[in-house]
Amino acid sequence: MQIIKDREIVEDNWLHLDDEAELVAGKITVSLNRWQEQHETLSKHEGDLGLRLTGEDPLEEIVPDLASFSLIVLIFPAFTDGRCYSFARLLRDRYHYTGEIRAQGDVLRDQLFYMSQSGINSFELANPEQMENALTAFNDFSESYQTTALKPEPLYRRR
Amino acid sequence: MYQYDNYDQTMVEQRVAQYRDQTRRFLAGELTEEQFRPLRLMNGLYVQIHAPMLRIAVPYGLMSSKQVRKIAEVSRKYDKGYVHFTTRTNFQLNWPTLESVPDILAELATVQMHGIQSSGNCIRNTTSDQLAGVSADEIEDPRPWCEIIRQWSTFHPEFAYLPRKFKIAVIGTKEDRAATQLHDIGLHLVKNHEGKTGFEVLVGGGLGRTPILGQVIRPFLEKKDLLSYLEAILRVYNRLGRRDNKYKARIKITVREHGLSHIRELVEAEWVHIREQLLLDDKEIARVKQYFTEPAYEASAADDVSFVQMQAEDANFARWVKQNVVDHKVAGYKIAYISLKAPLVPPGDVTSDQLDVVADLADEFSMGEIRSSHNQNLLLSDVKQGDLYALWLRLQAEGLATANINTMADMICCPGLDFCGLANATSIPLAKEINERFDDLDYLYDLGDIKIKISGCMNGCAHQSVGHIGILGVDKKGEEWYQFTLGGSSEADASLGERLGRAIPKDQVVDTVVTLLDAYKELRHEDELFLATVRRVGIDPFKERVYADN
Repeated sequence: MQIIKDREIVEDNWLHLDDEAELVAGKITVSLNRWQEQHETLSKHEGDLGLRLTGEDPLEEIVPDLASFSLIVLIFPAFTDGRCYSFARLLRDRYHYTGEIRAQGDVLRDQLFYMSQSGINSFELANPEQMENALTAFNDFSESYQTTALKPEPLYRRR
Repeated sequence: MYQYDNYDQTMVEQRVAQYRDQTRRFLAGELTEEQFRPLRLMNGLYVQIHAPMLRIAVPYGLMSSKQVRKIAEVSRKYDKGYVHFTTRTNFQLNWPTLESVPDILAELATVQMHGIQSSGNCIRNTTSDQLAGVSADEIEDPRPWCEIIRQWSTFHPEFAYLPRKFKIAVIGTKEDRAATQLHDIGLHLVKNHEGKTGFEVLVGGGLGRTPILGQVIRPFLEKKDLLSYLEAILRVYNRLGRRDNKYKARIKITVREHGLSHIRELVEAEWVHIREQLLLDDKEIARVKQYFTEPAYEASAADDVSFVQMQAEDANFARWVKQNVVDHKVAGYKIAYISLKAPLVPPGDVTSDQLDVVADLADEFSMGEIRSSHNQNLLLSDVKQGDLYALWLRLQAEGLATANINTMADMICCPGLDFCGLANATSIPLAKEINERFDDLDYLYDLGDIKIKISGCMNGCAHQSVGHIGILGVDKKGEEWYQFTLGGSSEADASLGERLGRAIPKDQVVDTVVTLLDAYKELRHEDELFLATVRRVGIDPFKERVYADN
């Protein structure tokens, strides 16, 4: 499938495994539940490993494991559920996670700017047919007043 | 007042372009109603019963004459020639079309105005004291801090989809004219024991279905730490606030469910991490403060004798001065309230023509600035006392000299069932009826300071639970009934009103107000104000009289 990653449309071959699905080789993501239950098996996984988180999950608990993942998927059950914006900020700023952070779920064009400013850099759009158009969202604003994941200094230091 | 630089201007213009495209995509069917709703709300656009309603932000209630003229022009061109000022010092257009909103916002952007975050589950317009910078008892002018908060909260990427709306108010005096204890965050500029100025931080106040007064989360916060502390509170709330039930989503409920001390622990722990990164530079504080320096007041203004003389000569002028004019920190200057509570006019409404006159008067008499207040009135904050008579004559000619500030006729009232999709009951017609019944100004002056607040539903937009007399519209099997509360206050001595008893049918509401006032007149000690009497005797004597008859 196609996704937006680093402001480009790219082919993506990550496999998001259900908790019941059998483990396969290659690039897979698992839920926090599965990671905690099958920690040892998954640590020996051949291929890249990714973790899926929802706003309900205790983010702080997985911080020691972050190095195991080359992808963190943040799930937006509804586009109005803003908890994962804080997750993205914390992953980037506090826990210095440098891998891919992806938004999945009810991910729409009009939230991409804020999501990217919060530190999310790849997007599985809920309406993939709007992907081409959605690329313009990253340029909605040329500046931000705040300290963001993309701009570590607030605007007032550039004035 | 604050002036946009290129950064600020570019951002509001990009916002207009963004919203224009969102409106286009909505009309083209590319965005569903559900997807479009938060986007339009965060630009101030509600969809109501009769028509859309557009709320424009007036940051901390401060406007230039140029902006007021633009408001007049826009309301003439896109609306029915009037606007409505709200309790959060914003104003609303009641009849714009959805299609025209991008054009309205583009016009407003030319005078540094916008509807950004005036609605939606995000950080709303920051409000303040309408007397900021001109009252004698001020510890420090809160407006530069409001502007710093405005910039930090505008398009904050992390906090655009909060559990619920989030309101911040800042004051610099002991007296609270901004109802800060009813805000999600209330900030009080205070001096600590070392004489250093900082903020007392309150959290978890709010009205609506569950009115709660804010509590002190931090007694003293250094000014340079303001943004990091706010960000810490918001981050804790964004993660912890309930998203399963919109009536339990405000931070007041988060605080109640988790307890203030737990919330404080979480906030302080978060704050430690971000404190350094978000430290406010002295340079930035100074940059913003330079826009709020004192104007060049003339010492000779105090020499005027006409002010006293004209009061002696003209009783109507004297009455207006007594009721609508308050002291300024500089001798010879006064602050003049323009009441938007003329009899038979919906509270807070003002016509486009009146706005043009107000703009002219501000240029002529008050340094070109106009303020809007929490009580839905306007004011001119820097009038020479020698100019007041001329100002009053001009206001009178426009129907803007109603001398009823802080009387019972200075009611706060939500739009109610006539305009609002949420309301259960009408409110403006009730305010009108009360005004009609009490049209004798001398009677009103005798009653003194009585704050009546009327809301058409539980959302409590008119803050009825902190009215001295609160009136709340409820729906009973399709009929409009009204629940009374007594003894509320939104000021420094804030309290929530107590329920008088069972709801009262619509046709008995005005009679009930009469009964309550008659009771007060019997019960009061000499000059005792209504609120003091209620607090002294409790609500039982009022209850007995109201429910005795039925």
